[in-house]
Amino acid sequence: MTADVAIEVRDLRKAYGPHEVVRGISFAVRRGEVFGLLGPNGAGKTTTVEILEGFRPRSGGDVAVLGIDPGGRPPALRERIGIVLQSAGLYRHLTAREAIRHWAGLYPAPRDVEETIALSGLGAVADKRTQSLSGGQQRRLDFALALVGDPDLIFLDEPTTGFDPAARRQAWETIRSLQALGKTVLLTTHYLDEAQELADRVAIIKDGTILAEGPPGDLGSATRRYRVSWRDTDGTPHERETEDPTRLLHELTGEALARGERLHELSVAQPSLEDVYLELTSPEPAPA
Amino acid sequence: MSEHALRAAPSHVPWARLAWRQYRLERRMFWRNPSAAFFNFLLPLLFLALFGAIFAGEDANLQVIVPGIAGMAVMSTTFSALAMNITYLRESGVLKRMHGTPLPTSAYLAGIAGNAVTNTAIQVTLITVAGSTVFGLDWPTEWGELVVFVALGVVCFASLGVALSHAIPNFDSAPAYVNAVFLPVIFISGVFYDADNAPEFLRAIAEALPLKHLIDGLSGAMVTGTGLADNAAALGVLGLWTVLGVALAIRGFSWDSRRD
Repeated sequence: MTADVAIEVRDLRKAYGPHEVVRGISFAVRRGEVFGLLGPNGAGKTTTVEILEGFRPRSGGDVAVLGIDPGGRPPALRERIGIVLQSAGLYRHLTAREAIRHWAGLYPAPRDVEETIALSGLGAVADKRTQSLSGGQQRRLDFALALVGDPDLIFLDEPTTGFDPAARRQAWETIRSLQALGKTVLLTTHYLDEAQELADRVAIIKDGTILAEGPPGDLGSATRRYRVSWRDTDGTPHERETEDPTRLLHELTGEALARGERLHELSVAQPSLEDVYLELTSPEPAPA
Repeated sequence: MSEHALRAAPSHVPWARLAWRQYRLERRMFWRNPSAAFFNFLLPLLFLALFGAIFAGEDANLQVIVPGIAGMAVMSTTFSALAMNITYLRESGVLKRMHGTPLPTSAYLAGIAGNAVTNTAIQVTLITVAGSTVFGLDWPTEWGELVVFVALGVVCFASLGVALSHAIPNFDSAPAYVNAVFLPVIFISGVFYDADNAPEFLRAIAEALPLKHLIDGLSGAMVTGTGLADNAAALGVLGLWTVLGVALAIRGFSWDSRRD
């Protein structure tokens, strides 16, 4: 492993009894990168992340997080990672500032508490009890607690699930600011737009297997299929998929011209990440 | 790879400082939680006041009730409080969140246990002082014995409380589980009356459980003046329950409401 790799996972497996929920996945996350694990609920995302965080033992494979095996939760690793769990309670009777201050004291080289409060947008509510914070504010506190130890690597497990659109946008801003600080971020999500918006690279995971991996923009073109759509003179929509749009367009336009017709709303589109995702994760893959 | 990790590793925060921070946090939160403060402090004192009024002037009964309430206070501040608290922290995800920080498990538990010990110490002190100043009992004669029994009682019931939390499936049912154990045990163990006056079969059950032996020891220290040597058997039973409690507390401990 080289120093610029933050996470390396090779043939990771996790079984509960006879049921294998993670079936041999491999990926690597570079330092400073936002890496997205994208997949439907129950795909094995959280199990994978919780193995990397040291919460769960693995059944097989090799894992290195910041060069350290997370099995057994070594303190040297826990001091350098920040974790935002899918849902985690907080001490009800503390204020946000008190919680952040307590967390800061757990780390050898924490960030400044007030700076962390400002960075996570909690300034106005820092002296409120955690139980009186809104969902979005509690999420910001989750970020603050994960950030205050000044970790190199931050795990975000479905950071915006259940949020309204405004709260999601705010959470996205916070995640971008993490990257601006040079942090490596491993993000799990089942929202496509979130992965597309935030991640430098994405792995699509389903049934414990990685189906595709790459920058969100490239995943679409990876299939090399184009979608050509138009309406005929009756207004009926048509759609064709092709690996060779030049030829298809030539045929279509040639035929239309020969008939003296127009192809209304003619468009050529590369499949979006959404198309790729839906195709890969649908129970019955659409025929190519 | 490991070389890189070692080089980058900053020096850890010392264990004692982490445990102390957690302890201070627990103290602060305790006083902000009115129901915890009530059950830990007011309820035993209320019981003491009520029974003290009922038994006013009856020294024989007062000499039973004061060490009895002290024993009950040890159990409620450790066993009941920890079983409820750990269940809540586990089910709400606080434990899991703490588990993801560099805080060592032992330092965390030391902070929580230290909080319970402080409550017990305050409580036993209040009861001892009230017993002497309000109800006219003599001051305890065997201070060393008092400290030994309170200390062992704390470890015993704290560990049993943590062990019970493993069996409680969710927070809603925690009070039912805790009281299903706590209430029968305080009634048969001689908190409110001399356990020797109870029917044979109840006495046999109480003899097998730890609370009666704690109360015997406290009674020896606070009232009768029988020393540690006279209560060695009580100390032995309490010790056995402590070994069992600590083993069960460690064995089943789960940080996560989702079991792996």
